[in-house]
Amino acid sequence: MNNKQNNREVAIQLSGVKKMYKLGQIGGGTLTADLQSLWARIRGKEDPNSMIGTDQRLVGKTFMALNGIDLTVYQGEALGIIGGNGAGKSTMLKLLSRVTAPTEGEIDIYGRISSMLEVGTGFNPQMTGRENIYLNGAILGMTKAEIDAKLEDIIEFSEVRDFIDTPVKRYSSGMYVKLAFSVAAHLDSEIMIMDEVLAVGDMAFQKKCLDKMKDAANRDGRTVLYVSHNMNTIRQLCDRCVVLDKGQVVFQGNVEDAISIYMDRQMNDAFYRNYEEYKRPSFVVYHRIKLLEADYIGKDNVSFEGNEPMKLHFKWKNLTDVEKLGLRIEILNLEDTAIGTYIVYDFYSGQKDETVEMNVELDISMLMDAEYKTYYTFFNKSEQGGNTDLDCVPGLCFQKTMLTAEQKWIWRPKNWGYLQLPSPEINELKKF
Amino acid sequence: MSSQHHTHITAHHSLFDLNLREVWKYRDLILLFTKRSFVVTYKQTILGPAWIFLNPLISSMVYAFVFGGIAGISTDGIPQMLFYLCSNAIWIYFSSSLTKNASVFVNNAGVFGKVYFPRLTMPISHVLESVIQFGVQMILVLLFMTYYLIKGAVAPNWLSWLLIPLVLLHLGILSLGCGIIISSLTTKYRDLSIVVTFGIQLWMYATPIVYPLSQLSDGFMKNVLMINPVTAPVELFRYAVLGQGTVSWFSYALSWGITVVVMLVGIMIFNHVEKTFMDTV
Repeated sequence: MNNKQNNREVAIQLSGVKKMYKLGQIGGGTLTADLQSLWARIRGKEDPNSMIGTDQRLVGKTFMALNGIDLTVYQGEALGIIGGNGAGKSTMLKLLSRVTAPTEGEIDIYGRISSMLEVGTGFNPQMTGRENIYLNGAILGMTKAEIDAKLEDIIEFSEVRDFIDTPVKRYSSGMYVKLAFSVAAHLDSEIMIMDEVLAVGDMAFQKKCLDKMKDAANRDGRTVLYVSHNMNTIRQLCDRCVVLDKGQVVFQGNVEDAISIYMDRQMNDAFYRNYEEYKRPSFVVYHRIKLLEADYIGKDNVSFEGNEPMKLHFKWKNLTDVEKLGLRIEILNLEDTAIGTYIVYDFYSGQKDETVEMNVELDISMLMDAEYKTYYTFFNKSEQGGNTDLDCVPGLCFQKTMLTAEQKWIWRPKNWGYLQLPSPEINELKKF
Repeated sequence: MSSQHHTHITAHHSLFDLNLREVWKYRDLILLFTKRSFVVTYKQTILGPAWIFLNPLISSMVYAFVFGGIAGISTDGIPQMLFYLCSNAIWIYFSSSLTKNASVFVNNAGVFGKVYFPRLTMPISHVLESVIQFGVQMILVLLFMTYYLIKGAVAPNWLSWLLIPLVLLHLGILSLGCGIIISSLTTKYRDLSIVVTFGIQLWMYATPIVYPLSQLSDGFMKNVLMINPVTAPVELFRYAVLGQGTVSWFSYALSWGITVVVMLVGIMIFNHVEKTFMDTV
């Protein structure tokens, strides 16, 4: 940190902030159960409400959502906060917006703070757009006079003027979000906290919101704290970025550096994964196949060079009889944008409880220098003709490097994407 | 940019840290919450706010029929309809404020979990809501009063009506205190929300609502009623409006004493719970 930064005025100061959550059931849930437990403890008997077979050491075990955060946010900066799921981003925002209190540590906030952990908080579907502007504005800390003064701006920005006296329950979800965001964006607070509020709304409106936020930070000198999984909006909005991991600040500084550090942490360098214990996502309704393990054949790392094919080995178990099984291997970049998918239809049918192994070879020569994530999805065709997913797991990650000898230039994924398409055929080149 | 606002957040907090100045800053929010509940309750109903009239009118008629007619309970010489309308108005004021405050945390978990504003604004708006409801019901009382005045059946002392705000303040504080104690505890123990509906019914019969206090002879029941902090203000209210009521200085002072204690305990628990209730609710 240099002197110039030290001379800047501080907007938020966190020192040694910790937030602890208790794991498992908190209390018996009912008063009688808690009294029962208390009575049992007094007599030195076994707690009648402890679950049979639970490890007593786990009861009362705690989880540190934030584990000693020290962070200074300066006035007028747009600070991005990134980190994987469970890194503590939302907990930190909750503490800052005073929704819940820290377990340890101190936070100093200089200036009025307005948080948008979710847009449209306190919107009542029965009330009209106009009534909701007043209510929502007041919840966010505006007085009636302040809202009166801003009402026109808010309605104008929201683009829902024609429906402003209609109950919001008749709004489309987009209109709802637009109105809610407009209220929040017109707050007079010095510090704004946002948690992925821009995830909804059409493209044009998203851009408008980002511009509004940028204006708030650059022109009005407000402080903006922005949490998102969308690296592009972080790039557009923020001028400094913090990476959280396991409840601690692991990096703070330049946005691009922060994003690449975050990406590296996202990248898993396992070349073998076991899925027996993996809990399937809820959209796998027909869980008829259970992938047991996947690995790269003959490799002890995850980097592939040049035209090297990707050889995968799968082992799965049929949970029911399976017909006409298909497999999708979905390739994503580390920002979770899908790049492309390999699909094979109808390669197997079999009986219940069969355990099957299979090798697959993929041509990944068109994928350019970058790191990739994958998903493995088993599916079959349903009677209606659609695809039914039978199992879906996050697959092995890999890194692709082209051989530098063949390739004298550097591939630029940001401008060119991730795929090198087949070379175009040049015909009829004429010289005059 | 100036930074007159400085917020300091720590893990520790004092017991009675109420921050009433902040609540005052959010006074517009209190009014908007109050307005919202009226707008929302009566939107898409045919009769609209007329329900505020109909509800006590019908239940007073039922009381007059059951307790006055069948059971033959005396109303101290006050016309039955007037007696029950008055009793109803003040009881509904107390009980509706209590019921709404008893579920304030659980019902508003969604909003409380997303944005900070002084939590006390919500319970205060509930009391205010009940005050307005009470005001509307008093119009009904006045209508019947005029009728009985013309008939010459009542002779109220209009000056004593000035006591009504005092009664409202008294019961408002009591219902707020009880309500926030219950709501703070329901964040952990949901049992209480079930007890509340039932408990309020019982409480009504332990309060001189459908009968005047003067009808009770000394004994266990009367002692229970005298300890009940709602008894004294209810009797005072009927004394103020109708000119008939039994209020002893002792029971009135006791009632205020209980009210203050309940309020202080309520604020203490509320303060403790509001900081972290989002983690358990």
